[in-house]
Amino acid sequence: MLNAVIAASTEGETVNPLIPQPYDIIWSAVVFLVIVVFFWLKILPKMQEMLDKRAEAIEGNIAKADEAQAKAEAALAEYTAQLAGARAEAGEIRDAARADATKIVSKAKEDATSEQARIAAAAQAQIEAERQSALVSLRTEVGTLAIDLASSVVGESLSDDKKAAKLVDSFLADLDAADKGAKKPAAKKPVAKKPAVKKAAK
Amino acid sequence: MWVDHTSTQERTLLASAATWLLPFTSSGEGDSGFHAPSINEFFPEAIFFADTIFEVNRIVLIRFVMLALLLVFFWLGTRRMKIVPTRGQSIVEMALDFVRVNVAEDLLGKKDGRRFLPILTAMFFLILVYNITGIIPFLNIAASSTVGLPLTLAIVSYVTFIYAGIKKSPKNFFKNSLFPAGVPWPVYIIVTPIELISTFVIRPVTLTLRLLMNMVVGHLLLVLFFSATQFFFFNADGFLKLFGVGSLAFGFVFSIFEILVAVLQAYVFTLLTAVYIQLALAEEH
Repeated sequence: MLNAVIAASTEGETVNPLIPQPYDIIWSAVVFLVIVVFFWLKILPKMQEMLDKRAEAIEGNIAKADEAQAKAEAALAEYTAQLAGARAEAGEIRDAARADATKIVSKAKEDATSEQARIAAAAQAQIEAERQSALVSLRTEVGTLAIDLASSVVGESLSDDKKAAKLVDSFLADLDAADKGAKKPAAKKPVAKKPAVKKAAK
Repeated sequence: MWVDHTSTQERTLLASAATWLLPFTSSGEGDSGFHAPSINEFFPEAIFFADTIFEVNRIVLIRFVMLALLLVFFWLGTRRMKIVPTRGQSIVEMALDFVRVNVAEDLLGKKDGRRFLPILTAMFFLILVYNITGIIPFLNIAASSTVGLPLTLAIVSYVTFIYAGIKKSPKNFFKNSLFPAGVPWPVYIIVTPIELISTFVIRPVTLTLRLLMNMVVGHLLLVLFFSATQFFFFNADGFLKLFGVGSLAFGFVFSIFEILVAVLQAYVFTLLTAVYIQLALAEEH
């Protein structure tokens, strides 16, 4: 194409665009030098400085994030450990409570059993005592009634204490003798209670 | 000097260029007002210091303006850099990271990438802004479309990769460049001269020509489409005016295409430089 241009231009005096003009070279060199120096000394160092700072900032942020991550992980581990500890403790407490409860129940059972025995014994004793007192009072009563009855029957006053007592005793002895086939301790008891009968008669 | 702007010459040239570029409008050329693109557009009249080696013309002026804009953009963009970027800083960072990550670090690794980053960055952005002026209204010509700039950058690239290779290990560098491994020795008789030419001659030449020709042709195409549109709309008669719609549409499409080319050529130039450095630094091919 260029050859065509040149060929077409040969009719008149013209220039070959491939042959550099001195001024062209000089000004090209000057502008290139200016711009190389400008980029070399001014723009690129600034750019590099900024890029370094940026890289530093990014690295700093990454380090910060890593640190935060590590902290969070440590906290999580701590919480987990605490939770496990609390759980173990709760289990221990529960077991202890269960053991205590068992102990308390068995103790209560024991206590109840002994109390029951005691109450039963006391009731037995009271019943016995009441039976005795009833027996005694019955005997006195029976004696008085019998004497009254006898007095009215024999017409003899048995107001004399000595006589009366003797009579009752002999009567009772007869009664005992009549009863002697039934119970032996029953025969003993009226003997033991003789003073009480005497007292009641008075 | 090189360019003699006499009106007769220019007219002849215009005519010839038009014949070359636009054969189907040959009927409308000449005095009808059609401005055909020509190679002389890349050699405008001097504005300052005419006829010295410090001559400044329109294209050089565009270079100054774009250089100033580039410096201001990056100076403002990196004045207060924050770790959390603002919207403006993100754009500057994205631009710088494109070269840093996609070219330098990708090909050269972190360590060597940083060493050659200033050169690669300067190259990329200089070519990019100079290419893009081709479609900026009122500038309307790529500042990289005269051979000086592509050639200068190609020489920088050339010197850089040779420097990188020799600094690392001169023996390895020349051995890898001239005597590729895994080739039976008689083949070196053919391979070595080819490698010599391809590495030390062809590389800078292709770098220069690829960029230069892309920009030159892009500019010529745009001039062609837009001057044709002008011609069709205002100088042609009757239904020929309709062609103007077509040429305008093509001009529009090619303007957008030029943006792509501008970015692509800047990327390719920088990438190839990085690749050459990488090959020079390689222990073994």
